[in-house]
Amino acid sequence: MARMKFLCDADRCIECNACVTACKNENEVPWGINRRRVVTINDGKPGERSVSMACMHCTDAPCAAVCPVNVFYTTADGVVLHSKDLCIGCGYCFYACPFGAPQYPKVGNFGSRGKMDKCTFCAGGPEADGSKEEFEKYGANRLAEGKLPLCAEMCSTKSLLAGDGEVIAQIYKERVSKRGYGSGAWGWQTAYRESIAT
Amino acid sequence: MAKLFTHIRLIAGALALAFLVAIATSVSAQQPSMVNPTADAVKEQQLLKELNRIQGRGTIPDVRSYVLEQPAGREWRHFHEVTLRWIGGIAVLGMLGLVVLFYLARGMVKIENGRSGRKIVRFNGFERFVHWMTAACFIILALSGLNITFGKPLLLPLMGPEAFTTWSELAKYAHNFLSFPFTIGVVLIFLMWVGGNIPNNVDAEWVKRGGGIIGNDHPPAYRFNAGQKMIYWIVVIGGGASAVTGYLLLFPFYGTGIEGMQIAQVVHAVVSVLFIAAMLGHIYIGTIGMEGAFEAMGEGTVDINWAKQHHRLWLEEEVSRSPKGARAQPAE
Repeated sequence: MARMKFLCDADRCIECNACVTACKNENEVPWGINRRRVVTINDGKPGERSVSMACMHCTDAPCAAVCPVNVFYTTADGVVLHSKDLCIGCGYCFYACPFGAPQYPKVGNFGSRGKMDKCTFCAGGPEADGSKEEFEKYGANRLAEGKLPLCAEMCSTKSLLAGDGEVIAQIYKERVSKRGYGSGAWGWQTAYRESIAT
Repeated sequence: MAKLFTHIRLIAGALALAFLVAIATSVSAQQPSMVNPTADAVKEQQLLKELNRIQGRGTIPDVRSYVLEQPAGREWRHFHEVTLRWIGGIAVLGMLGLVVLFYLARGMVKIENGRSGRKIVRFNGFERFVHWMTAACFIILALSGLNITFGKPLLLPLMGPEAFTTWSELAKYAHNFLSFPFTIGVVLIFLMWVGGNIPNNVDAEWVKRGGGIIGNDHPPAYRFNAGQKMIYWIVVIGGGASAVTGYLLLFPFYGTGIEGMQIAQVVHAVVSVLFIAAMLGHIYIGTIGMEGAFEAMGEGTVDINWAKQHHRLWLEEEVSRSPKGARAQPAE
């Protein structure tokens, strides 16, 4: 089985935000929630880099470890998914996540949180693959259709890669050796406890 | 002569031009291999080392999402999954064990001279209302809070995921909403009893003589003895700290960022489990631990002999304030 991962080649990202828009559209993400975002570091200064970031589907995911009601599960493809039926909206996964992935629709009083929403690697949720309930709660299940996440699929510079970790790491390595530079696989050390030697 | 000069000038000019062209071409030929675009690029590991988080700029309105990476959640995870369970388990179970052992060894502290049948008002209706409002909220807050830390290993396997979620969600709402009457209760307790809870010399004497807890001595005390003062300050400081940190978590991003909420959760959890342990002791001494103690907060009156034994100075004060014992009620 493949171990699905994201890899953003920051030397290619042009901060066009198409991945953000594609994700929102494909998954019909609720208003006010962005499962993916582009962050520019040192904006306007020499050495500026942009990174597209969403849930990294961590190995030994911290969100899953701290969840008091155990809503998370990891699929055979290494994708970290959760059940909105079981989520109580306590916010703990949000404290634990290194990437700020979990978000909560604001419902009810004060800052009270609704059911957590995050990137699913376009793999839906616990409901039957491709069902109406699954789409309403989690968005598209492209993986079940044999497709990769749309954010990466439609990246104009092929900066954002999604797929089997070994395959995308190999693609990135080849790029780096051919062009002679690379600022590394952002977030990999934190999410997977490994980095790509370049 | 002039012709020769023109000639030399021409040759020199041609040479200079050739030299410039040579330099220019050699520079442009070398450029790709000389400039490394990542030489001055931001480096992930370096940024993490500097701040333990990476923040940038984005284009969506949610400014919180501009924090790209923050691995500190790992330490918080270890606290929540391992450290807190140890602290909480030892504090709560340890206190329970202690109380049981103490009860077996000491039993109920009796009123030495038996009941006199005459009673004196110890807590008025308002005081009792505030106490029980705070106490009822505290018990629900404590149980729903412990559920977040200990529910997953203890209750989830017994209840199954659906029932456990229903219960935990109800518990979360109760925890959120009851925090308000609890906080009001803590503030009122502070204002109401602060006068009688300033430590003084009598407390030192009380502690020195074991407070009647160790041994059978009954050192004199005013309205609140040193043990009760300790409980009072645990409620005021512990309740205050858990309220402040709780509201930081209840209103995310109003006061702090994620790192602040992680710290708030650590303080909230540690203070709360210690608070729960202390309250177990308080509940014990107020019920089965001591004869005649519960009625102080139950009906609001205590037996004169109980007061003589445990709060002699307070009784003298009360009696001298109303010589005919206006507040003391005759037995029926």
